[in-house]
Amino acid sequence: MNLNFWLPLIVLASSLFPGLIIFFLSEERSTLRTALNLTGATLKVVLAHFMAYRLLVLGHVHEAGFGMGLGSMFVLRVDFLSLMFLSLSSNLWLVTTLYAVGYLEGSPNRSRFFGFFSLCVTASTGVAMAGNPLTLFIFYEFLTLVTYPLVVHRETGPALRAGRTYLWYTVFGGSMVFLGVVWLQTLAGPLDFAGTGVLQTLGTEHHFTLGLIFGVLITGFGVKAALVPLHGWLPVAMIAPAPVSALLHAVAVVKAGAFGIVRTVFDVYGRDFAGQLGLLGPLAFVAVLTIIFGSLQAIAQTDLKKRLAYSTVSQISYITLGTALIAPFSTVAAIVHLVHQGIMKITLFFCAGNFAETLGLHDIREMKGAARRMPLTGVLFTTAAMGMIGVPPLAGFVSKWYLGLGGLGAGQNWVVMILVLSSLLNAVYFLPVISTLWFEQPDQEWVIMRSSRFEAPWTLLLPPLLTAAASILAGLFAAWTWSPLGVARQIASGMGMWP
Amino acid sequence: MSPIPLYSAAALILFGIGLFGLAAHPYLVRKIMAVNVMAGGVFLFLISLAYAPAGRHPDPVPQAMVLTGIVVAISTTAFSLFLVRQIEAKSTGSDQMNQADHVD
Amino acid sequence: MWTELPGLFLLLPFAGTGLVFLLPNQTRPYGGLLAAILLFLAPWAIAADVYTNSPIDMNLGGWPQPLGIGIYIDGLSVLFLLLTAVVGLLVSVYAWSYFSLPENKTKEPHFWPLWLILWGGLNALFSTADIFNTYVLLELVGISAAALTALAGNLLSLTAALRYFLVAVAGSLAFLLGVGFIYAQTGQLDMYTVAQSAPDTSLMAAAFGLISVGLMSKTALFPFHFWLPPAHGNAPAPISAALSALVIKGSFFVLLKFWFVVFHGLSGPEQTGWILGILALAATLWGSYQALIQSRLKLIIAYSSVGQLGYMFLIFPLLSGVLDPGWKLQAWAGCGYQVLSHGLAKAALFLAAGNLIQASGTDNIHQLRNIAVCLPMTSFTMGLAGVSLMGLPPSGGFMAKWLLLQAILASGQWWLALVPVLGGLLTAGYIFRLLSHTFVSDTQAACYGRVFWGMDKTALFLALSSILIGFRAQEVVFFLQERTPILALGGGGP
Repeated sequence: MNLNFWLPLIVLASSLFPGLIIFFLSEERSTLRTALNLTGATLKVVLAHFMAYRLLVLGHVHEAGFGMGLGSMFVLRVDFLSLMFLSLSSNLWLVTTLYAVGYLEGSPNRSRFFGFFSLCVTASTGVAMAGNPLTLFIFYEFLTLVTYPLVVHRETGPALRAGRTYLWYTVFGGSMVFLGVVWLQTLAGPLDFAGTGVLQTLGTEHHFTLGLIFGVLITGFGVKAALVPLHGWLPVAMIAPAPVSALLHAVAVVKAGAFGIVRTVFDVYGRDFAGQLGLLGPLAFVAVLTIIFGSLQAIAQTDLKKRLAYSTVSQISYITLGTALIAPFSTVAAIVHLVHQGIMKITLFFCAGNFAETLGLHDIREMKGAARRMPLTGVLFTTAAMGMIGVPPLAGFVSKWYLGLGGLGAGQNWVVMILVLSSLLNAVYFLPVISTLWFEQPDQEWVIMRSSRFEAPWTLLLPPLLTAAASILAGLFAAWTWSPLGVARQIASGMGMWP
Repeated sequence: MSPIPLYSAAALILFGIGLFGLAAHPYLVRKIMAVNVMAGGVFLFLISLAYAPAGRHPDPVPQAMVLTGIVVAISTTAFSLFLVRQIEAKSTGSDQMNQADHVD
Repeated sequence: MWTELPGLFLLLPFAGTGLVFLLPNQTRPYGGLLAAILLFLAPWAIAADVYTNSPIDMNLGGWPQPLGIGIYIDGLSVLFLLLTAVVGLLVSVYAWSYFSLPENKTKEPHFWPLWLILWGGLNALFSTADIFNTYVLLELVGISAAALTALAGNLLSLTAALRYFLVAVAGSLAFLLGVGFIYAQTGQLDMYTVAQSAPDTSLMAAAFGLISVGLMSKTALFPFHFWLPPAHGNAPAPISAALSALVIKGSFFVLLKFWFVVFHGLSGPEQTGWILGILALAATLWGSYQALIQSRLKLIIAYSSVGQLGYMFLIFPLLSGVLDPGWKLQAWAGCGYQVLSHGLAKAALFLAAGNLIQASGTDNIHQLRNIAVCLPMTSFTMGLAGVSLMGLPPSGGFMAKWLLLQAILASGQWWLALVPVLGGLLTAGYIFRLLSHTFVSDTQAACYGRVFWGMDKTALFLALSSILIGFRAQEVVFFLQERTPILALGGGGP
């Protein structure tokens, strides 16, 4: 049995089949449903790490390809970058599944929810493992399809309206990616992420068109990656249940968009060629705009999840900025921030969900002293927030440090300025929350929405604990070869961009 | 003067009149009659193609075409009239397209 | 290969009609279903023959040209024939259940003969190579389709049927006049003979214009689309499915044959392709926009057909421009895929709509809320069909959009790209609008009608087919590339 061929397919199947089966389960079969979910998730994590071992230690490249007629290929290939995104998705899916089981206890339509939940992870796994732009597009669109029912899960008026907004944005983004991929294929033939330098061989008369295509592709991916002004769907989609927000913002949708941008710049165009075409400057500009704008908007929000949403808008653009700078450190920073931002942001969303689910708190002003009532959640929230601000030795600090070093190395000193400014802004919108949580007196008696032995059900506490621990460890042990940073360095050197 | 251009012109004029009538008349039976006029024009054109100068046989193929066409036209007229009768039976006479011509 | 097969295949539905007509009313459905099964199986045999050997080229009854009627079944015909076979069988199974419902029982005896005539006429349209025979078949299809439309018996469907019929007849007469011009010019009635010998005169150009306009009005291309929404929207469900999925493909096929075989090389197609491009864009935008604002379920689906036709008509501007042979094949493959997946998905959607209306008693989507609870399989079917219509991977519709967009970009006619891109966006809009109404559970589900076994499985099957066909690109391309000489005649191809 050729493992190189079958492993990627089995990894996809590990969430696809449980998802499809779950659709047909009746609401009451919660044990079976949970069992299916967790089995699938665990299997996926195990296989992802197995593939990682096979690639990193044994040097096997996993690849599964199918012809689609007329020269187009559907290809799954697991390279270093895929591995990074894949292990992020699979690990975070496991903890989010546990969290979702606890969060949605007793609520209606859970079979439908978990069905689409599993399909969502299948889609992002597919995005991670895509070996060419066409395959990436296929899973990208599939992701749009399966996240919509999750956004409108509660089926209230606002949820449906939010869903409609979400759809218009993401379908538009998908069309742009489609246009870009087809255009590129028309111009340069079927492209593959593994083949490099094809675009450079086209004559200079095509350079303008290539620039246009780049713009189209970045616009398409930028919708999911919440680049300004395409970010409008993200705060609106906060109406979804907390597990959905956690998944959308840390693992699936937003990262898929950012991943798409990374792939476009590094693997389709090549960072240096993109620089030659003059495309990186505008990209960096948009990234900076998003970083600042997102942070400013976050300050203005009083709903905790909305504040976290705008924080995501801002933070994801660190990745975009990293790809747009021609410097080894910033390339590594972009890649590693995919992981770091994921684990920190998911912790924050888990905690926000805990406050909402246990005490019914959505607005920051209501949360005075809530951390004293729910200390563990409060500690985890604080940790993750510190990471976001960039306090060493947390993961967020490592990303920003590398990004800054990259900017200095490329002679772009303004990068450091932007970093300092945005970290300050992060502090402005996180520190007051922390202070409100810990140091203020509550206005009224807490209303306990859900009672449990600890401050919240253990299924809602364990996941953020794990992810917060991960963000500490990722920062502390960043120098280790197999830390996210270490892997990022290997990816960059594999792509010829490090040192 | 050779008959062909005359017949062709007449045929096209009939076709045009029929088409105009189909579009312009609000009453259903008149629309059906207009279609028949159109058909007449087409058949006139086709049969004129069968012309052969003296001493040669007329071309049988257009004749066959016209015969077939006439049969088709009869069937379509019959079906259309049937539909008009049904519409008249069910209609409340509230708008033009629903009114059959009362000369029936 | 059994040389009599094509002839028998064409005769079968009409013999079946005669047989069914002779049966007493209660047994007619059985006769009809038997005929449907045979009509489903025969095209696969023909397809296998064409696949392994070559296009079928014969004269009916052995009569030589120019007296005989030529039969020419190439790869393109095979695709249309197979579509008709699959949709035909599933619609027949659906109709079996649909017409056994008490309120529809009275119409059942009339349905089967008419349906078999329609089916037979379509099959013959896809097989014939004689232009006058085409006229007769177009009329045959028109009359049976109009009669089936009127079958519902209420005033709306009667007026819609008459309107459809008058437009269809006018179109056929224009077509016949064009045929007359061709005969006047060339003295031939066989498509391929005419193609080889036709000079580029104004008479031929006039014929080209008349034939094109006649066929466009029968295919409901903008601005001749006005008859379609009332007709398809008011007919009984299985008939709407057949109308949208098959009947408009009939005249579309004839248009393809005329543009790329009969008039190939003449000035008409090359110079007017762009006009059809504009009309295609208008059709896509207008049809999809209308679908977005309708309240009646079947009207949404009918306007969707108007919009989706725009994708099919892209082949005309694409091939009138400058394209390498490889890209021409892409364009043809895209068009073929669009025909196949639209046919399957639209039929699925209409049948599913029939189920929804049957179960809830209403056509208004605002009153269809939460119907997914009563009809999960039907709702799933609508979702699947919607995926194909939107052109989301991995469906047949996606392959169509993918191939067409490539060909558009390669041909340099950038403005045509608006058709798949904007069309896709608008389609997503009305599909999601439709689906969200059926899934929202804020009101009590109002289901009381019964949906028989056949009715939801057939719809599901059709929707699945529209998705799965996306995986069989190899065969579709093979039929077009290797078994369709019109591509080699310069209509496209290697």
